[in-house]
Amino acid sequence: MTPSLKKGVAYALACSAIAGIGLAATNPYHLQVMTFIGINSLLALGLNLLMGYAGQISLGHAAFYGIGAYTTAILTATYGLSPWLSLPMAVAAAALVAFLVGMPTLKLSGYYLGMGTLGFGMIAFIVFREWDGVTGGASGFVGIPPLAVGPLNLSSGRNYFYLVWGVLLVAILVCRRIIDSRTGRALRAIHDSENAARAVGVGTMHLKLQVFVFSAAVAALAGFLYAHYVSFISPGTFDFLMSVRMVTMVVIGGMASIWGAILGASLLTLLPEWLHAFSDLEMVVYGLIMMGVMIVMPQGLTRGILDLYERARERHER
Amino acid sequence: MLQVKNLRCYYGRIMAIKGVSISVRRGELITLIGANGSGKTTLLTAICGLLPAWKGDISFEAESLKGMDPPAIVRRGISLVPEGRQVFAPMTVLDNLRLGAYTRYRRREHREIEQDIAQITELFPILGQRADQPAGTLSGGEQQMLAIGRALMARPRLLALDEPSMGLAPLMVEKILDTLVRLKADGLTILLVEQNAQAALKIADRGYVLETGKVVLQGDAGDLLSDVEVKRAYLGKDYEEFYDGRG
Repeated sequence: MTPSLKKGVAYALACSAIAGIGLAATNPYHLQVMTFIGINSLLALGLNLLMGYAGQISLGHAAFYGIGAYTTAILTATYGLSPWLSLPMAVAAAALVAFLVGMPTLKLSGYYLGMGTLGFGMIAFIVFREWDGVTGGASGFVGIPPLAVGPLNLSSGRNYFYLVWGVLLVAILVCRRIIDSRTGRALRAIHDSENAARAVGVGTMHLKLQVFVFSAAVAALAGFLYAHYVSFISPGTFDFLMSVRMVTMVVIGGMASIWGAILGASLLTLLPEWLHAFSDLEMVVYGLIMMGVMIVMPQGLTRGILDLYERARERHER
Repeated sequence: MLQVKNLRCYYGRIMAIKGVSISVRRGELITLIGANGSGKTTLLTAICGLLPAWKGDISFEAESLKGMDPPAIVRRGISLVPEGRQVFAPMTVLDNLRLGAYTRYRRREHREIEQDIAQITELFPILGQRADQPAGTLSGGEQQMLAIGRALMARPRLLALDEPSMGLAPLMVEKILDTLVRLKADGLTILLVEQNAQAALKIADRGYVLETGKVVLQGDAGDLLSDVEVKRAYLGKDYEEFYDGRG
């Protein structure tokens, strides 16, 4: 099988798997969890391009998620705009902010970049919480309209699940294209050595800014999907912990891997649901599992599972 | 082709290059030699735009390079083989070579790029055999070949090399320098920075000797090779006697 054919088959399989899950799942709760996995995967996917491939850490990415959500909330609920018009504006708003924030902060690297983006994330959170008149303040923003295409209402569980996973699939395709292009190679080069990348003629500053803006736009898209799904948003969803959770999704799933982003997002979305049984000890068990995964599979779930599979196959062949 | 006039480079307030002038003519192989800390690497990084804080003048083909960033300089036709090779270790050999042609992809030269890769794997067959291996798994000499191949992928008119012999076995050094002679015969202009002065002067047309940020000697490579001063300061004449005694 040629590689391109193989890829086509993989995408066809992914499509049918999504369709199958959508049809088979009758429990609205399951559909809701799957929808959240899709939204979180989108977040992790965008951040992975920045962190996993270009090696630039962002500890303030929840801000862009929030900007996407709040922009569409304000435009649709306060000003009565159609969500399909507010979508490009929400994405553009996050991209613009990312551009302005990225210009000075991306000159930093390593821990310093982490600190810089952390500060930005906190400022954004405070704006969401304190700008009462516009964002609804700490009590949140109510009454975000659902999405609809003509007569088709997308707000039902199954339709929204299809929408989110359809968007995710397109995002994966776009990311794949970027990663396999010269830009993707240049991003990995920056990750390895910024100086050497400059020596071969990569405009590192320019490229870092581009990928930062792109990942912010993807986060805003996820924020848009989130806001119109739950119809109520509050600043707590976009706080520092959310930024950390996004970073954790990328690291746990496995850096520089598209499957890693999805695996990490799935695990971090499902774990709290499964751990409800532990009630008071929930967060303790959650933390222990995170630690365990990182100790046993330091390169993330994707690499770890692949290693297990390869080892099992070797043993089988022997 | 390349003219450096009264170049001064600073690291903060420290002046690392104190008024250096050198010239490279088309088709020449010029070597810059000098001990550690004499400013050889600084000079190269300034030429390639990696060190923006310099004064004086650097012009390439009668065009000043002042204020140009590295991508612009690579597009003008100067490629650097950086000190310590700096190949992208986790990426495959093939991806490293493709990255060398980074500035050319925008000009839609995909077919030419594939042809150039074929040419480079002809020049260094080992790179062809290891095309899909991560560059970090290559030996030091192979990595140096890859670094040179990567720089060549940009189709430079001037190739600048920063100590390509560093940390390599003598046999491998010879191989690398032979390659440079071959590239020169094909019409490439080469600026070679070396600590291994003897080996560099043997293949060069002309040479400059740098000491604490200044050119202290310059001239034909043959003359420099026999110059007593150079011998004393950089070639370590006792060195050869030491080897002769053992051989």
